[in-house]
Amino acid sequence: MLSIKNLHASIEDKEILKGINLDVKAGEVHAIMGPNGSGKSTLASVLAGREDYEITQGSVDFLGNDLLSMETEERAREGLFLAFQYPVEIPGVSSTNFLKTALNQIREYRGQEPLDAVSFLSLMKEKMNLVEIDKSLLSRSLNEGFSGGEKKRNEVFQMAMLEPKLAILDETDSGLDIDALKIVANGVNTLKSKDNATIVVTHYQRLLEYIVPDFVHVLYNGKIVKSGSKDLALELEEKGYDWIKEAEPTH
Amino acid sequence: MSLTSNSIDLKQGFIRQFELFEKALNGKSLTDFHQTRKKALKAFEGLGLPDRKTENYKYTPITRSLNKKFRFDYESLGKPTISKEVVDKLLIKDLDAYNIVLINGQYSKELSSVDIELSGLEIRDFKSAYEAQPDLVGTYFAKYANFNEDPFTALNTAFSLDGTFMKVADNVVVDKPVMVYAIADANAANWAVQPRNLVIVGKNSQASIIENYISLGNEPTFTNAVSEIVLDENAYFDYYKLEMQGENAYHVGNTQVYQVRSSTFNATTISLTGSLIRNNLNVVLDDEHCEANMNGLYLLDDHQHVDNQTVVDHKKPNSLSNELYKGILGGSSTGVFNGRIYVRPNAQKTNAFQSNKNILLTDEASINAKPQLEIWADDVKCSHGATTGQLDEEQLFYLRSRGIGQQEARSLLLYAFAMDALEKVKIDVLREYIDHHINTRLNK
Repeated sequence: MLSIKNLHASIEDKEILKGINLDVKAGEVHAIMGPNGSGKSTLASVLAGREDYEITQGSVDFLGNDLLSMETEERAREGLFLAFQYPVEIPGVSSTNFLKTALNQIREYRGQEPLDAVSFLSLMKEKMNLVEIDKSLLSRSLNEGFSGGEKKRNEVFQMAMLEPKLAILDETDSGLDIDALKIVANGVNTLKSKDNATIVVTHYQRLLEYIVPDFVHVLYNGKIVKSGSKDLALELEEKGYDWIKEAEPTH
Repeated sequence: MSLTSNSIDLKQGFIRQFELFEKALNGKSLTDFHQTRKKALKAFEGLGLPDRKTENYKYTPITRSLNKKFRFDYESLGKPTISKEVVDKLLIKDLDAYNIVLINGQYSKELSSVDIELSGLEIRDFKSAYEAQPDLVGTYFAKYANFNEDPFTALNTAFSLDGTFMKVADNVVVDKPVMVYAIADANAANWAVQPRNLVIVGKNSQASIIENYISLGNEPTFTNAVSEIVLDENAYFDYYKLEMQGENAYHVGNTQVYQVRSSTFNATTISLTGSLIRNNLNVVLDDEHCEANMNGLYLLDDHQHVDNQTVVDHKKPNSLSNELYKGILGGSSTGVFNGRIYVRPNAQKTNAFQSNKNILLTDEASINAKPQLEIWADDVKCSHGATTGQLDEEQLFYLRSRGIGQQEARSLLLYAFAMDALEKVKIDVLREYIDHHINTRLNK
């Protein structure tokens, strides 16, 4: 589904990603862990198409397309979804109107008819139950005045609505209490299928107790220095990141 | 030709036209009304047209734009030059209102449809209102819009003849809005159009007016409008001004509001099209517990220029004024916002708030924002602020990351930005009409 080869990316001439290699297949859950500043969020941003970064080397194939040559909205329409670490507040744009616009633009891209108001509302209702998000939140302006937990829940709700093929969760666990974390994780697990894939970017092992990964990768200094099974996350929890810093890159 | 000699030529041109105007009045030049006109012309002679040194018009080169030899249309006074079919197309569909059509400033009885069943409500042409009740109209006319201060108020007063007259007696809730289509017909010639409106709202009464400025044809037009609005105790009045004139239209509008005890005034001024627009909105709060809400929205493109000048004068204690002007400027357009708030020495416990926010879509667009507070009282709550920025890149990225296209995402954000300036628009049909025009512009 996703194949990253020797990806290098810089911001303002400072190289952040220094040769990332990663393959993600349908049905898999990958966790990317690493200390602060290792490049985790940069990787997520580059995949979603944030223009602040310059790609200096490498390639990314997403479902047979050259991801890096696509506009941000095209990537989304092809089925890529980024759950933001810091979801943006947009005063004056209602969550409902925003989602309806997004969903129908994606449907149009795929040659589907736009959803009528009734079908859209029943879809909303169904997905709202999934992430236990309150209806009143969705009648308000997008993310405006939402608590940290409400914003993250709204990200997962959007994911449920848009049904991406590849979801990238960028530190979705940060700032969440345990109840909110369970709700978010439950939402992600319910959406999981053999046809889609998930990349969980996190600093802590805690989230991985609830979203169990098939593979864990450790990112350090712009490279994946270690990959393994879910046990690697436990090892990291136990030993901290320091022992990884001395380890040799695996790629 | 230097700007100064240009402005003198123009000024002399207007003064010479006044003589023709007097002749066209044909014997009606001995009335008190005409004495006021003469005083206003004298004031205009003294004030002259603004030039670059005139502080109040510093950023708005109106005099330069007026160098197109605008004429006053005496020959066809009161005779509509536009057919009903043409006018019908301009009307806002499904808006249930008292419809008034002004053609080149003259009230057209044929094209207006004012069928009043409500007692205590009078809506008619300014001209006949003055002729029928000179004492009443004379009590208000030119008593609020000060022709000794503003040259365009002076010019309008000197040439004032017709427009809309509206009087609401005490304790009347007017059942529908008054919709004024002020049409400048620029099919045949460069007309200078000077409508004069007077609105008097009695105690405990409620009413609303929509002024829609439109132009037809391709010749340049100059509209110089004055509206005087007088609100008695506990009156509630909504004022809407829509500016939708053509590419060759120049507009100066003076709206002068006078409020006494517990009255409320809500204004929404929306500038969409027109080459050059200058709006002067002046509100005098001359009593306690008055409230004035003034919102404005301007969407500019190409070489458009819009200048909003507001003055709120808090003369007495315990009143509130709240102002929000928002602008979206594209192309090489230029905007000006100058908001003045005066709080007089005994106007304690005044609340006065003002905000001006702008989004510049291009490097060529620019805005001059100048909020001014002059406070002589010591126990007040006042704030003002102006911001100018670009579209938020983070917000844009967020929307696009959900599959929304660049253009659609921009429109969504700009529409959201514009919306809070429209929160005082309470008439649903009007709101839809404005929404439609804003969306069309933003999706361009």
